[in-house]
Amino acid sequence: MKLIDILDCLFPAGHAVDVANSVITGQAETAQGTAAVLGTTDAAAIDHAMALALADFILDTVEQHPGRPLVFMVDTSGQALSRSQELLCLNGSLAHLASCVDLARRQGHASFSLVTANAVSGGFLSFGLMADRAYALADAQVRVMDLRAMARVTKIPHERLVELAATSPIFAPGAESYVRMGGVEAIWPTASAELLEQALLVALQTAPVTDQRMGCGLTRGGRQLAAGVAKMVQNTVLGA
Amino acid sequence: MSHSLATRRSWFEATARARLAGLLDPGSLTEILPPAQSQPSPHLAQLDLPGAFDDGVIIGCGRLAEKTVFVAAQEGQFMGGAVGEIHGAKIVGLLRRAVKEKPAAVLLLIDSGGVRLHEANAGLIAISEIMRAVLDARAAGVPVVALVGGSCGAFGGMGIVAKLCSAILISEEGRLALSGPEVIETVAGVEEFDAKDRALVWRVTGGKHRYLMGDCAMLVDDDLAAFRRGATEFLAGWRESAPSLASLRSRQQVLENRLAAYGALRDGLQIWAALGVAQPESVPLLDRDSLVALKEGLPT
Repeated sequence: MKLIDILDCLFPAGHAVDVANSVITGQAETAQGTAAVLGTTDAAAIDHAMALALADFILDTVEQHPGRPLVFMVDTSGQALSRSQELLCLNGSLAHLASCVDLARRQGHASFSLVTANAVSGGFLSFGLMADRAYALADAQVRVMDLRAMARVTKIPHERLVELAATSPIFAPGAESYVRMGGVEAIWPTASAELLEQALLVALQTAPVTDQRMGCGLTRGGRQLAAGVAKMVQNTVLGA
Repeated sequence: MSHSLATRRSWFEATARARLAGLLDPGSLTEILPPAQSQPSPHLAQLDLPGAFDDGVIIGCGRLAEKTVFVAAQEGQFMGGAVGEIHGAKIVGLLRRAVKEKPAAVLLLIDSGGVRLHEANAGLIAISEIMRAVLDARAAGVPVVALVGGSCGAFGGMGIVAKLCSAILISEEGRLALSGPEVIETVAGVEEFDAKDRALVWRVTGGKHRYLMGDCAMLVDDDLAAFRRGATEFLAGWRESAPSLASLRSRQQVLENRLAAYGALRDGLQIWAALGVAQPESVPLLDRDSLVALKEGLPT
């Protein structure tokens, strides 16, 4: 599905969105008022320029439209892979973008992200997973790495990984695994204005949001250990 | 005050436990969830891989120059210090505890390639939880300081985490980046990044380059005592400020200027020359004190 069709489905009341260098920025009308729409398209490999364009748009929104909700559109194949990018500390630009999303949250901007096609590692970390909640369209690819590459790096046979992926949300790529793990709130069967309005209402009614993902991962049976371990670390009596 | 080589104890070569012993006031560490109280990763067991009871990270509470600090030290020798479900949850729990108990700082002894691929989804979500927890601790007024100088560096998601900290203290041997040279070479070819060219790798990701560029607050010798002195000195002069639009605006400007000035360059040598270093080829040979003096002489 093309970006413009997705936007038309999500925002039938109208949207004005620019796309430059695979970066989406703009505004859309909703029943709850105007929302800022931003993110990436065309499986963007996020580089410094993209991260800084998104960060700048967030800072403008915080300054000029206090409280305006942020809707992130996620379609990223990860981070740009090049020597020049690393030379200028690409992790620093992605951290800056993440800090801007975090600042917006602290200043009262509700946010959620929607994975429209691809969500992969560094690109997903820097804004999609920084939003209060993440959703994914049904056919979205959400992953760290595909199983063949994973087999190469871990030296575990591909067939073994395929076999385990059938039962383990811990490393099976796919939006469904991320729902079970608590990283994605829900899967949308299609880009729909109704689901968007619901997500926006939830975001507006529950902001500011603390990180609930460990608890969700536990209740959904995908991440059995994280919540308990973190709680134990918080509650252990020191020196006892 | 430079130590002779004979009395140095290398941070790079030390284990996570030895780093903590050298960093903190003697005998002050109380480990939280020590090996006797925890379980190895069941996900690794499922793949017939050996686990570790601490899951590759030691967390606890100790003192640095008599101030209470929380610490998390990654063990690079266990699965490359990579973040899995338990490993990540320990760090997140520690940072959340810091929000309530307000230690003088949280020190992250980072030595990690990032997400543990064997627990890929759990690792990725855990990194994003660490990111938010670091920012929560800082917003609560608790500085979070990254110490980078281990053999695995700070890569992948842990590279992003490092840059979310109040400051990074790095040694020349330390490396800080996003994608490892091997990954870039595999995807983009050896002409793009020759991962076997160690000198090049250091000129792109190494501690001296990051320090010269202003990405790290302090360059320290590869020495346990030097990291201890550096962390003590940094915290003595630091007050964590609340996150603000103004500070992120100014950061944005710095990053935009730098991209415009150096975005097309491909080697540390080119950047150092552009920064105004008279003899860029001498940088890899300079000792720590000389490099710090060199940076002070550069226009910023």
